[in-house]
Order: sequence, then structure tokens, then C-alpha cells
Amino acid sequence: MVLGGAMAAMSGVLALRMRHMQVDQADQFRLLADENRINIRLIPPVRGRIFDRNGIILAENTPSYRINIVREEAGDVEEAIARLARLIELNPAEIERALRDLRELRGDTPVTVADRVSWDDLSRVAVNAPALPGVTPEVGLTRRYPYHEHTAHVLGYVGPVNTRDLERIDAPTQLLMMPRFQVGKIGLEARREEMLRGRAGTKRVEVNAAGRVIRELDRQEGQAGADFQVTLDAALQSYAQVRLNGESAAAVVMDCETGDLLACVSAPSYDPNLFVRGISVPDYNALLENKYRPLPNKAVQGIYPPGSTFKMITALAALNAGTFDSETTVRCNGHMEVSGRRFHCWRRSGHGNMNLHTALRESCDVYFYELALRTGIDAIADMARRLGVGVAFDLEMTSVARGLAPDRTWKREVRNEAWRPGDTVNASIGQGYVLASPLQLAVMTARLATGRNITPRLVKSINGVEQPTGHGENLGLNENHLRHIRRAMFAVTNNRRGTAFGSRVIAEGFEIAGKTGTSQVRSRIVDNALVPWEERDHALYVNYAPADAPRIAVAVVVEHGGGGSRTAAPIARDITLQALYDGDPPLSAYPPQDRGRIQTQQEELSRARTIRPRDSSDRA
Amino acid sequence: MTYLENTVKHTPSGLRKVLYLNWALVILLMSIAGIGFLMLYSVAGGSFSPWAEPQAKRFAFGLLLMFGIAMVPIWFWRNIAVVAFLGSIVLLVAVEFFGAIGMGAKRWVDLGFIRLQPSELTKVTLVMILAAYYDWLPMSRVSRPLWVLLPVGIILVPVLLVLRQPDLGTALMLLAGGGLLMFIAGVHWIYFAVVILAMVALVTLVLQSRGTDWQLLADYQFRRIDTFFDPSSDPLGAGYHITQSKIALGSGGWTGKGFMQGTQSRLNFLPEKHTDFIFTTLAEEFGFLGAVSLLALYALIILFCISTALSTRDRFSSLFILGFAATFFLFFAVNMAMVMGLAPVVGVPLPLVSYGGSAMLVLMIGFGLVQSAHVHKPR
Repeated sequence: MVLGGAMAAMSGVLALRMRHMQVDQADQFRLLADENRINIRLIPPVRGRIFDRNGIILAENTPSYRINIVREEAGDVEEAIARLARLIELNPAEIERALRDLRELRGDTPVTVADRVSWDDLSRVAVNAPALPGVTPEVGLTRRYPYHEHTAHVLGYVGPVNTRDLERIDAPTQLLMMPRFQVGKIGLEARREEMLRGRAGTKRVEVNAAGRVIRELDRQEGQAGADFQVTLDAALQSYAQVRLNGESAAAVVMDCETGDLLACVSAPSYDPNLFVRGISVPDYNALLENKYRPLPNKAVQGIYPPGSTFKMITALAALNAGTFDSETTVRCNGHMEVSGRRFHCWRRSGHGNMNLHTALRESCDVYFYELALRTGIDAIADMARRLGVGVAFDLEMTSVARGLAPDRTWKREVRNEAWRPGDTVNASIGQGYVLASPLQLAVMTARLATGRNITPRLVKSINGVEQPTGHGENLGLNENHLRHIRRAMFAVTNNRRGTAFGSRVIAEGFEIAGKTGTSQVRSRIVDNALVPWEERDHALYVNYAPADAPRIAVAVVVEHGGGGSRTAAPIARDITLQALYDGDPPLSAYPPQDRGRIQTQQEELSRARTIRPRDSSDRA
Repeated sequence: MTYLENTVKHTPSGLRKVLYLNWALVILLMSIAGIGFLMLYSVAGGSFSPWAEPQAKRFAFGLLLMFGIAMVPIWFWRNIAVVAFLGSIVLLVAVEFFGAIGMGAKRWVDLGFIRLQPSELTKVTLVMILAAYYDWLPMSRVSRPLWVLLPVGIILVPVLLVLRQPDLGTALMLLAGGGLLMFIAGVHWIYFAVVILAMVALVTLVLQSRGTDWQLLADYQFRRIDTFFDPSSDPLGAGYHITQSKIALGSGGWTGKGFMQGTQSRLNFLPEKHTDFIFTTLAEEFGFLGAVSLLALYALIILFCISTALSTRDRFSSLFILGFAATFFLFFAVNMAMVMGLAPVVGVPLPLVSYGGSAMLVLMIGFGLVQSAHVHKPR
């Protein structure tokens, strides 16, 4: 009886426990069972593509094959890799990194052991899959920049997420933790990362105890990244890039109607595709050690004393202030004394009597010294900012420089010194404290050409939606003053006495109006041919064209290029014509004596643009 | 009229014995075994191989064995109890020397036609010899210390041999089964109190021995003890079994997920799903109703056994039946408690349902003896 009772009691306990678990706690356990079998996997979004203004693709996603290992499924990871090594060639450095990841990351994270494997290798692994537990071939997409170094500085590049990226982002999504997930590191790719990346989708899959996917239950599609259309003209961009070959230089071509950056080039450049797959140390060191500095985008982050290209600002400031008019003359005898210091004109012998027109045309320094002293630095700095110098433009590129339009307040606050007349003299010809980027010089030129508050634009449309242009409102400058400046700029290139007469265009309706600039790197006047490269003057040239109905504004800066008229102006002319003719211009646009040289150059540059160096590491 | 004459006179003979079998018990056994085939079919992913089909064959063989044993008078079995017990001890010793290793322990002996687990056989023969012993021992001596020590010795011999294999689960079952039979036979409760106190002391000692050089249990056994007390401490390691088992069982709900729809067992989250943990699959696929039904079937078997035991006049029969029923009860109760997380995972199969030849055959032998007692009881 005792025994029977005990048995009955125990059976009762069992039944009660069953009831408790299966009825009372059923929901909880059902949830656990679902958690067990259901895995939520991320579907990485397809990154938005980038096109040029004509729809030519500049950044695309190409399929690439890689091989992943999941530690929990592989068991002995080293054994798995050893087996894999018998099938395909593995890169020891990559294996070392993979082994570290396999040790440190969670056991169910797939770790890539071989990236960009060929289709043959991939098939070999797939066929042997039963003998390789935990090893899975995977098809992914990688970023590719078909224009290679021609678009590197503007678009930037993407690369695998690293810890620094994760720290920078406030709330890193799970997506960023995915192996080999790539984010924009620099340039447009970084500045518009969020939109380009899109949103990850998820899929719920049923897995067995070994983690193998049995079937997909459902999926929630993510959102592909937005396709961007930039304002660049790929052909012009390429042309400008190869035209600058061999120099450390930058060029910006801006549309005078919309502010579109048709070309934005920094030379030398680098191949962004190298960074996508992780650049090798020697390659990277070569880029770092190159004295021409290929990595920074000189077009927007390089700041240079604008030299004589600043003289339009000084002149306009004076006209605007009423301290000078177009007929006021100054006698240049080659130098000028200011507070006991002698400031020279670039022409030691002097220019004689100068008015606004002739002083700009022949770039007489003394005229501007006098003009600036009478106008005052604050009015000049104010005009500089109105024309874009010293203004940080919000462009989708990395480190867009503000430059500097110095005035009294600035010097007092930043340098804690009083402004001296000598500073004004220096600033009047774009030396001293004045600093401007090639982009700002292009904006300045476009504003001079149009009289509008035009601003640069890089992104033309996002997912087909047109972005606001930089057309801008009227700056409110006196049209007569502007006309004087424009006439003088026309004379710079088209008057026999102009500093850029050698770089004129003779095709009717395509004439250029420009201004040369030569900014001293050292405070002494040197003969550029006799000093080392680093000590030579920067060569600058800004222009707009066609002179009578401006369509584009161009700025070219050649670091340590010597004189603006000799080095920068010919480059600017070639780029300008290339833009105006939308391709190689007819030789008849050039003065007869240049045609032979230009023809050879056109042939060389078209070869340089078409014969792209074969990318040996594009295996897949 | 002697006892024997009386018995002979009133018991059926020849083929008429078949009519006197406890057919209700037979039907119960067949139902439970049927549920077992169903579950084995399910956990194999809807296939008769590798488990359901051999299990069915063994059950058929077991049924024949049961009928055969039932035809032989119960007193014959009482008389060979000692031989049977000694035989199983010999087999246990044989395992020590010729045993095959499976699942990390030496448990099997290959007799050529069958791979036998002598420890399973011992479960029946131990009950047999103890029943025979108390049948022979006059009631007045049952609680005398010397006469208590003797059966204790009988129990400890196979227990120690099984422990050496090592198979803690079976050893504990033998110990508990033997103890229960002694209790049924009327041994004074004071002995049990003493033994239970001693056990508590021993358990403390064993736990204390952990990590010292005189450690009394294997590491995996210690881990299982840990796991029992806190399965979540190591959900992917030692606690994995019990955690997954509870999830499977609990997620069944009232009516279950449906035949062949249990995700836990289908997707291999359940360990040993065809043996010790088969009950969880049943509970997952048929829910609370299915699980309680099986429990009810088991309870009915126990009830039938007890009623048979009470209706027999001979002490060996009733002691054996009660002892066997107690052992049977221990099996399913401990198994169910184990998969529900109420008892440590000790490796006790669910009787008649779990896949396993030896256990099935031994149980059918036991039920054969029960039937024999039923057939040959005085009427």
C-alpha cells in the first residue's frame, strides 16, 4: 500500500510537471524552440552606384567569390584550412589574419579565408564541400572603379570596416559587423556613406543543430543604396587627369550656369581599386613617400597663395569702395616703398603708367599695392569672401578647405598681432596670408564671369532625383565694374601684351578670358630654373570661356610649376577647349605656331586615356 | 492438501493456459510498444530504418518469448532463480573481459546471435533471486540483521560490477529496485532509514572527493551532477541535453506540433532522440495529452501487475511481480523525470519505447514471468 501510494504520488508529480511545462510554460518554451531553429540572417544591401553626368558608370559592384570558414561548424579550424590549402592556393598573410579572426570573433561568424578567388577555385571548393565542414563558398559584390585613378580623389573608395570606422559611427548596425563589409573611407563614398549603403534586409532561416540552413522561412527585403549621379564629365575628367600627368597639380572645371563640377582633378593620383581589396604595405608606402603627394585631393583641400589671380578681387574691392575708378593711373617704376620696406613689381624695370585695364593685363604689382593701400584690407577680404575665397563650400568630398581671406580681425585673433600696411601690400597680389584652393579660384572666376553667387555642385541627382543647382542669385556687384574686370581678363589672353597671350584661342566664339598667377613659395624672388623643385613658384591660371558668353570657369594650379603663364595657362587652355568642344578640339582653335605641338600632344593624351593599364589582380 | 497440490489442481494446463493470460496487459504492452515504433519512425525522419523496424522485430520476438515463459509454471522459474542470477553475474564478469565498447563504456557482450547487455538482464534476475530468497526465508527472520545482510550482498555484487562498466544509471536502478523489493518483503523500516542516512553521507563524501586524487566518480559523472543542478550553466556543453530536452517538451503545448512536426528532434537539437530522450519527441509532437496518455498507459500496467500480485497466493509470485513492477515504474518515472529536468541525466531508457534490444527483451522476459504467475495462480 505504501508502495502503491508512493508510485501514484510520483506519477502525479510527473503529470503535474508535464502540465506545468507543456501548458503553463508552453509559450516560453515554444519561443525558445523557435529561437533554436530560426536564425535571422542579414542580407547586405547592394551599394548604390555612381554615374557621371552622362550616365557613364564610375563606381560599380562586380561579383566576387570568396571562401568563408565558420569555426563552430569546422571544428578544427587549422585542419580545415590545411585541407583547403590542398585544393586551392591560399595567401599566408590572409590566412594569418583569418586565423586571428577565427579565434577572436564569435564562433558562428563566417570568416573569409580567401577573397577574390577564381571561378575554378570556387568550383573546386564547392565540389569538395562534403569533405570540408564549415567551409562555404560565397558570392559577394565588390566595389570597382572602372576609371581607376581618374576619379579617385572625388569619389574616394570603400574598404573593409575597421575599428576606427566603428568608433566614428554612433550606433554601428549589425551590418557593419559582417565580415568584409565595406564602407566608404574617403571622398563621396564616405561623405554619402549612409545613402550609398542602403538598408540591410533580413531573412529568417531554419537551421539544424549543426547550424546548417535547412530552408528559408521568409525574408524582409532591405533597401538598396541610392544611385548617385555626379556632375563630373568622365571624358573631361580623364582628359584633365592625363593632361596633368607628370605634375603635382590640380584643375577644376565648373559649369557657369549650374555650378556643376565638370572636372575636379588632382595629380598625381592613385588607383582606388587597390584600397578596396586592402592595399599592400609597399604600395601604400610608395604613395606616402611620393613627394608629389598623390593621396590628398589638391583640387579642394590644397590651399595655395593665389598670386596674381587674386588681383581681380583687389581691383573689384577698390572699384566697389570707390577708392579707384577704371581710369585712375599709378606709375610703376618697378618697386614701391611701404613703411620703410621695398616691395618689388615682378618686372624690375617697371611698367610705367598703369590703369586698371593695363595693370590686370600685364599683372603690374605696384599698381595693386597702391590700390590696396588706398582701399584697405577689410574691403578686400570682404570682396574675397563674396567671390568664394575663404569660404568652405559644402561639397561631398573629404577635407574641403576653407582657405583664407585675411583681415584685421583674423590677424588679431589668430596671430595676436596688429595688421601692418605691408600685409595689405602682400595680400593685394594674393601673397602673404591669402590662401585659396583651386576649387575656390574656379568659383571666383565663375562669379566674376556671371556676376551671380554661383556655388559648386558635385551631386547631380540621387536615385534620379535632381539636386538643387548652384546657379545662385545676383551678387549685387556693379555690372560696370565687372565689365572692366572681364575686359581686362580678355586682354590677358587676347592682347599681344597680355601675360597669357601665348595661350590664346583663336577660334571665333571660343575665346578665353583668364588671369595668370605665380605665387612665391619662398619670400625671395628666385629664378625657377635654377632652384630645386620644392622651392619653385606655384603656377596658377584661372579663366572662363567663351569670353562673350561664359559657359565654364577653369582653375589650374601647378605646384612649383614656375610661372603661371608658362606652365598653368597652356594646361587650362587645353582643358577649356576640351570641355567646350566636348572632345579633342580642332587644331584650328590654336594659334598656328602651336598646332604641331598640340597635335602630337592630343595623340599622346588620347593614347594615355584609352590604353588603361591592365589590372593584374582583377582575377575574378 | 499441500500448497503444491492445491496449485496444480487449480491451475489450467496445456493450451488452455493461453486463455488465462492477462490479455489486457498484453494489449497495454502492445499499445506502448506501438507508440514506441511510431516515435522511432518519426525521429528517423519518417523512415522505418534504422530504428523502427528492428525494434518491431525485437518486440515480436519479445512477445513470443513472453508467451513461452508464461506457459512454463511460475514455480519452475522460482527454482532456477539462483541459476539465472548466477548466469547474469557470469555475463557481467564476461563483459569486463570480452565486452565491446559502446558510447564510452563497456556494456555489451557479443554472444554471436545477439549483442546482449548483461546489466539489463540483471534487472530481472536480481528481482527473481530476491523474490525467491524471501519466499524461502521464514517471515520471522526477515528483519534479522544477518538475513538482511545476505540480500544486501546479493544486490551489491551486480551493482558494483555495473558501476565498473561504468554505468551509473543502471547501477542506481539495480540498487533502488533491490531495495524496493526488500521493503515489499517486509524488512524493517529502520534498515532503510539507516541506509538512506548512509547514502546521504556517501553522496556528501563523493562530492567532497571531487578534484582529489581519490576521486570516486569519473569527471563526466561530476559534470552531469553539476548540470542537473544548473543546466543553464553550460547550455552548449554538458547542459545541452537537458536544456534542449526541456525546450522540446515545453514547446509541445496542449496538443503538440503534430506527428513528424517536432522541430527540436527533426533538426537534431535533441540528443539521443531515439533512446533516452525519446519521450521528449513524443511530448513535443503530441503535446501534454500525448505525454499524459503514455503516463496513464504505464500506470495501467503497474495497476494490472499489482492486482495480479495481490491475487496470487504464492509469496514468490507476488514479491516478484511487485518488485518487477517497482523496477518498471522506476524506469519510466526516472526517465520522464530526467527529460523534464527533475532528475539528473543518468541514462535510463523509457521502457518499451526507447530503442534498444536488450532492454526490450529483458522487459518482455519479466512480463513473461508476470504472465506465468497470472496463468498459474490458484483459482
